Amino acid sequence: MAAFDEKEYTKSFDLSIWKRLLPFLKSYRWAFFWMILFNLLTAAIDVVLPLFQRYAINNFIEPGTLEGLIPFVLAYILAIVLQSLSVVAFGQNSMVIEMNFGRDMRQSLFTHLQTLSFSFYNVTPVGYLLSRVMSDTNRIAAMIAWNVTDILWALFYVGGTFVSMLLLNWRLALVIILIVPAIAVLTGYFQGKILHWNRKIRKMNSRITGAFNEGITGAKTSKTLVIEEQNNESFRELTKSMHDSGIRAARLNAVYIPLVLFCSTVAVAIVLLRGGYMAMDSVLEIATLSTFTAYAVGIFEPIQMTASNIAEFISLQASIERVTDLMSQEPQVCDSPEVTEKYGDVFTPKTENWEPLKGEIEFRDVTFRYPDGGENVLEHFSLKIPAGTTVAIVGETGAGKSTLVNLACRFFEPTSGQILIDGVDYRERSQLWLHSNIGYVLQNPHLFSGSVRENIRYGRLEATDAEVEAAARIVSADTVVSKLEKGWDSDVGEGGDRLSTGEKQLISFARAVLADPRIFVLDEATSSIDTQTEQLIQNAIDHLLKDRTSFLIAHRLSTIRKADLILVVRDGKIVEQGQHLELLKRGGYYHDLYSKQFAEENAAKILKRN
Amino acid sequence: MEPQTKLAGGEKFRLIRRFLRGSVHYFVLAIAFACLGMVFNALTPQIIRITVDSILGSEPLELPGFLQGLIPAEQLRANPLDSLWWAAGAVLLAAALRGLSGYGQRVNLSKGSERFVKRIRDDLFGHIQHLSYAWHTAHSTGDMIQRCTSDVDVIRGFVCNQLVEVVRIVFLIVFYLCIMFTMNLRLSIIAAIFIPIVGISSGVFHKKISSRFKVADEAEGELTTCAQENLTGVRVVRAFGRERYEVDRFREKNNKFSMLWIRLGRLLSVYWASGTLLTCTQVMVILVAGVIEAVEGRLSLGSLIAFVSYNEALTWPVRSLGRVLSEMSKAGVSIDRVGYILNAPEETDDADATATEIQGDIIFENVTFRYEEKDVLKDVSFTIPQGSTYAILGGTGSGKSTLIHLLDRLYDLNPEQGRITIGGTDIRKIDRKHLRRNVGLVLQEPFLFSQTIKENIAATRPEATTEEIRTVAGIACVDEAITEFPDGYDTVVGERGVTLSGGQKQRVAIARMLLQGAPVMIFDDSLSAVDAETDTKIRHALREKLDTATVILISHRITTLMQADQILVLDDGKVSDIGTHQELIARPGIYKDIYEIQMSSDDRKLIQEGVMH
Repeated sequence: MAAFDEKEYTKSFDLSIWKRLLPFLKSYRWAFFWMILFNLLTAAIDVVLPLFQRYAINNFIEPGTLEGLIPFVLAYILAIVLQSLSVVAFGQNSMVIEMNFGRDMRQSLFTHLQTLSFSFYNVTPVGYLLSRVMSDTNRIAAMIAWNVTDILWALFYVGGTFVSMLLLNWRLALVIILIVPAIAVLTGYFQGKILHWNRKIRKMNSRITGAFNEGITGAKTSKTLVIEEQNNESFRELTKSMHDSGIRAARLNAVYIPLVLFCSTVAVAIVLLRGGYMAMDSVLEIATLSTFTAYAVGIFEPIQMTASNIAEFISLQASIERVTDLMSQEPQVCDSPEVTEKYGDVFTPKTENWEPLKGEIEFRDVTFRYPDGGENVLEHFSLKIPAGTTVAIVGETGAGKSTLVNLACRFFEPTSGQILIDGVDYRERSQLWLHSNIGYVLQNPHLFSGSVRENIRYGRLEATDAEVEAAARIVSADTVVSKLEKGWDSDVGEGGDRLSTGEKQLISFARAVLADPRIFVLDEATSSIDTQTEQLIQNAIDHLLKDRTSFLIAHRLSTIRKADLILVVRDGKIVEQGQHLELLKRGGYYHDLYSKQFAEENAAKILKRN
Repeated sequence: MEPQTKLAGGEKFRLIRRFLRGSVHYFVLAIAFACLGMVFNALTPQIIRITVDSILGSEPLELPGFLQGLIPAEQLRANPLDSLWWAAGAVLLAAALRGLSGYGQRVNLSKGSERFVKRIRDDLFGHIQHLSYAWHTAHSTGDMIQRCTSDVDVIRGFVCNQLVEVVRIVFLIVFYLCIMFTMNLRLSIIAAIFIPIVGISSGVFHKKISSRFKVADEAEGELTTCAQENLTGVRVVRAFGRERYEVDRFREKNNKFSMLWIRLGRLLSVYWASGTLLTCTQVMVILVAGVIEAVEGRLSLGSLIAFVSYNEALTWPVRSLGRVLSEMSKAGVSIDRVGYILNAPEETDDADATATEIQGDIIFENVTFRYEEKDVLKDVSFTIPQGSTYAILGGTGSGKSTLIHLLDRLYDLNPEQGRITIGGTDIRKIDRKHLRRNVGLVLQEPFLFSQTIKENIAATRPEATTEEIRTVAGIACVDEAITEFPDGYDTVVGERGVTLSGGQKQRVAIARMLLQGAPVMIFDDSLSAVDAETDTKIRHALREKLDTATVILISHRITTLMQADQILVLDDGKVSDIGTHQELIARPGIYKDIYEIQMSSDDRKLIQEGVMH
């Protein structure tokens, strides 16, 4: 029920946030060196090119001769070729930086996410995580590679141009430099506003997408309520304000950009006036004058671009913070150093030290409270589950049936007390040791994109094709396969969405069978599955329960009845426990639940049969 | 899978023209200002030419005819210093004019494109609201949203950036070439030869790169899917201890994605470098040729400098023309995709549709309905008396939802498929909206909008008072739950707010429907997520407060069904039985079977209490 709150991010510039990128940047020291070098070269040639015109005027046109034209052309060609090569080099170099840097960050973020606890996943929407793993890392990498490239080039180019101008004629150069502060003031004034409006537009854009989403998803409901016109009205209000903001932002640009261009023309006018005056006094060559006008036209755009590049670059801070915050998120359940020493971590397990798991589970005086607060859902709870027992957990939807399983599987750890597996506190073994021995089938089975075969093999990666197929046959998942065009190699689609829920369930059973776990958890489906599939699933479950410690988060009566032990959960707490008959006789909450469910399930059956 | 039709060229054009209505004059103005700006821009090199040749040099000062009256040329020649002031002033004036044109261009372009895109969005949204229920059932939400967002952006880019840009660049090329041809024929021919070379090479190159882009984009899609599946399936990953495997799998895709982009980067850098190479070469060739012309006395120094600047101004636009043209081809697909939605027919009413009071018995007469090749209803006839409570029982696929969808005209019957009348009027003759306003319907899976609970309940009557809202929420037994939220009725629900439980959602939807005040109310299994006790409470409250309304209930619960005046048992699209509770339990059938099972349960007590009341 709780809405997910996104944290507010630091608004002011904070160097410490940027420093967090350093470890990732270190391996690209040389690439950055090349980046600087190639940009320096490119910018230098950009500065030199206008000088060719000056040389031509001074040495060919003024004296009226073509002597020396060939070497001139050769030198020019050399500069152009050098320039092109340098563009190739810095382009590739920056792309390599972007992609490798992004890849490293994504990889370590993804790897880190694999270690985080369920308590974290329970309160964090997938979209939130995904945008950090994908969009934010992409953005950081792209900006680090390309914005920095652009900024460097512009700095070198503008710097080089000034040096060149100062060398050609320092008095004229100084006059042009005077224009720069004007641009700086203009940019300072406009940049903030433009950024503000751009942000606003982006926000509004996502609101429009959201409105489309609602308009389309809610269209049927709107129809029954006859509120189509009302919806149109509010949508038009939204697009109207988008329209107005878009124009507001464009108007700012429409003033700002011509003003910057005007500044560069002021520089040209000054060159004409001052330079012309100097030329008349023969202090300045006409050739130099033309070079100056070329420079004057050229430098102001890079200055303006750099300003917006820097502003954009600074706004990267939020992305960095989002990514690095996630990276420093500590897992709530973690193995102690001694345990890791002996059994290895999730990525490099030391399976040779693993003890075999028999499947006896004991809750010893367990008290538990979910980390996101609230009251204790278990208090001093003790229960011994011998290996091979089938435990059913029943209760209404949302009553907290998963809690015990979450604890037994060590997705969460007890707040106090102990959970022992085969007589040993499970905190003395590694998480992977336990998890490798658990088979888990969800209410809404989760498959991965890929073939049926790959999905089943997820249960035991080294299984042969024959073993995969055998496992599938045991739970009748081969009936699913026979209906598919490409058989075992058929693609199941993203999240398995090309299969029906029942089919997905059978595949996920096969996956669990292949894993041959000692502990088996079944979060049973309630969704309507056709009778035939249901029978298949029933058989599959019976097979899976044999000789394993099993937890059934059960909805179906037939499975509940078979359980060795039934735990009845209400409002997050275990209110009754025992065997089916004994609980029924007691006439308590279980009896109520059972009767009601019995009634509804049978009604459904009768309707189906007819 | 996804519905795709190709529009003929003419249709595409008509669609664009339709979107352009109301904004086209802004685009014309923007282009006009852009061209004007180019004209002013072309002045600066001329001023420099005159300055170099006639003020600093010794050429005779020749001013264009219209300027001769304004500027005292004779005087200037006598005093070159003054003429420098004139030159600098002229440069600034040209720049100021250019700046103003630039402002006009940008403002008009933004007005045009904002209006243009607003029109597309409004048209799409409005159209989607009025598409039939069947259409919405048949189309996937994600794909439609994409059409309304990404494809609209592509069309916007096509009209507002690419088309305008092409017109601007073509004008620039023609105009500058004209000026250049008046200055020096040979140089102009050389410059003109470069144009197709630069343009075409850029276009071809770009096309080649775009296909690679697609591959890289797909790799990114795969990577995203991999991450997403891992994060959604985190329980499965952990339960099987597959962290290592997942990390390896991600690494493989991650590396592939980066490699593809790095390879693409190689191609891109070559593309950029080829641009530099070609344009710089063009500049060099013109400079060298110009030097030869100047040395041989066919071109003045000032003209050379001016010519070189014109030539430079041409190079990059020509290059981007090639790119823009090759990008424009992509827009066709997006126009098709948007056109597909807009060409779907909206719901319409007969011209003689009435909006008379909805009153009287509801009669289904021999209703037969086929949907997607399947017979859903077969010759169904029954009467719902006005003011009665009528219950329908049926399994999945029995056609019970279709019955009520037909009654609300979410689907329409063809003439030969029987008819449904209310008070003797065929509902096909009733104005659709009028009918729906008077037949309140709560869908099986109701949708709440991302607004406050209050706004959701008051959807049909935004002017409703808080009391009215709380009253209907009270009837729907949700008032208490709502007031327990920290923000009460102002709690925002849905994607951006609090997630309600299934039962709470259903009850808010019921409250929303109640506020509609319709004389006919339908509950399509809309209490399924509510426990039996609350279910009973709600129905009691309904009966007390809304005595005159006709209520139609669909349910599996005997407790719900048994209190209805009449119960219809629907089986596989046919009427299996109709009768009161007493009648139905007196004879063998589906109803009796279900009754017996449910009556053996402990719900009996509750039921009896309910009946006794």
